Amino acid sequence: MQGIPIILAIVVMNFFLLNLAEGDAVDVLAGEAGSATPEYMEKMRAKFGLDQPLPVQLAVYLKNVVQLDLGYSFRHEMPVHELIFDRFWATLLLMTSTIILAVGFGILLGLFAAVNLNTWKDALISVFALITYATPLFWVGLMMIIVFSIKNDWFPTSGMENSAAFYEGFDRVKDIAHHLVLPTITLSLFYLALYTRMMRASMLEQYGQDYVVTARAKGLSERRITFVHVLRNALLPVVTMAGVQVGALIGGSVIVESVFAWPGLGMLAFESLFARDLNLLLGIFLLSSVLVVAVNLVVDVIYCFLDPRIEVN
Amino acid sequence: MNDFWKLFSRNRSAVLGLLILCLVIFVASIASLIYPGDPFLYSKYPLSKPGENGFLLGSDSIGRDVASGIAHGAKTSLLIGLIATFAAVLIGVIFGALAGYYGGLVDDVLMRVTEVFQTIPSFIFAILLVAIIKPSIESVVIAITVVSWPAVARLVRGEFLALKNREFVQACHTLGMSDYRIMLKEILPNCLSPIIVIGSLMVATAILIESGLAFLGLGDPNVMSWGFQISDGRSMLRVAWWICTFPGIAILITVLAINLVGEGLNDALNPRLRERN
Repeated sequence: MQGIPIILAIVVMNFFLLNLAEGDAVDVLAGEAGSATPEYMEKMRAKFGLDQPLPVQLAVYLKNVVQLDLGYSFRHEMPVHELIFDRFWATLLLMTSTIILAVGFGILLGLFAAVNLNTWKDALISVFALITYATPLFWVGLMMIIVFSIKNDWFPTSGMENSAAFYEGFDRVKDIAHHLVLPTITLSLFYLALYTRMMRASMLEQYGQDYVVTARAKGLSERRITFVHVLRNALLPVVTMAGVQVGALIGGSVIVESVFAWPGLGMLAFESLFARDLNLLLGIFLLSSVLVVAVNLVVDVIYCFLDPRIEVN
Repeated sequence: MNDFWKLFSRNRSAVLGLLILCLVIFVASIASLIYPGDPFLYSKYPLSKPGENGFLLGSDSIGRDVASGIAHGAKTSLLIGLIATFAAVLIGVIFGALAGYYGGLVDDVLMRVTEVFQTIPSFIFAILLVAIIKPSIESVVIAITVVSWPAVARLVRGEFLALKNREFVQACHTLGMSDYRIMLKEILPNCLSPIIVIGSLMVATAILIESGLAFLGLGDPNVMSWGFQISDGRSMLRVAWWICTFPGIAILITVLAINLVGEGLNDALNPRLRERN
């Protein structure tokens, strides 16, 4: 349960960041309205509790966050938590497909590289990983659009579905899947490279263990050693890494969603930047932090499941 | 120094990276000579293809020279990358050294703080910081620093933990040296190699973060940068592929070169860390 103090610290930091920003909610409202008298603004501040001393405001903020009240987005004229839950599913879909693609292919490629150690196949995979590490996500996305949407009209450039077509049932699923292809590939490339390298390193480490020597001495075939013994042990660190990287994945989805206009949390964050909608941005930040803590918890549990020697503490 | 170079040059891709990096630094330093004047200045030749109207890499929607933008952007990227990394290393070393050297409560408190910063999704945090402080070179540097230092702190703490009970440190205690002097003059020089390696790799990450921020419109509006060029060329993707493509290649090549140099430094300076992931 070390997650709770971390989340608490993030909430408190959130509060101070909000106070650091120039102007408060009343200034924003007054700006929206065009003009407001100082007396009216004082009254509004009193109404929102902004005239209270900082510790009192912090206590109120904490209470609100616990009740899932993340404030009000003046731009969207909606409570922040409703907006976030509206957009959450699109991001979840993108992230899930990305993790499956990246972890799946990463494991396969890493395995392939380790089995073909120091051949041209291994070298090719290493070069791919090096280049992918150095490429900015947004640029990959734009190049994908040039190649696969503009030069060849294979995939749509933006959005999550063709809303003008009014697809229903299976057709709609197909349409969304079609829109999902480019964003998923873009977002997963970096993690694919990461998992490939991890998997390769992990396989090589396992090959050096005593039990592999034993297996060879027993006369097992190399194929059996690789797939039955080494592979299973090599998977462990890759699973942990998948958890650690979730925070980075959320950051990446801000970029990818704004490139492909994917209507998820990242796109919402991008829009809130332009609208200077800080309440919304802070809400998204808070939720993604909570998500990271939650995923790390889940990974801990999976880890114990995979390796009974480790206990949850 | 000679030994170091022998070890470093054994890794041929690291030497290649160093060459590319020198080229990028060279272009950045002569940017104002080969492209004098404001890179934001527009001309009467919008959307020229690469090679047309004297634009080596084409021009954008209002006739700005893409090549000039890349040369001036190189300065921005390298500068932000270096300053942010330097600041992050400084903070990380202070945190890590204090935590590792004193242990106990100091270690607990400092490491909890580090943990919080490591849990936070760093890119979103950087976005948030720049948005709140207002986009400028300073705010971008601050944001990158704030999200980068925890890795250094962890590394330095580990090194200090390993070194603080060694005999030479005990000898310093017996001599009556102050804690401050032991940390700064005795232990720190012994863990410089991993710090240099992690720092060099962090410059690459910093450049990637900077370009991402600029792409989202969070760069300094008065300074040319690669990320800005790409985000600006986005709307012209259909008619002018070159506006987005070339600055992206510049980022790719620079970051790749720095990563290669970092790996080379790693191999040359600490063989122990070779299995770094």
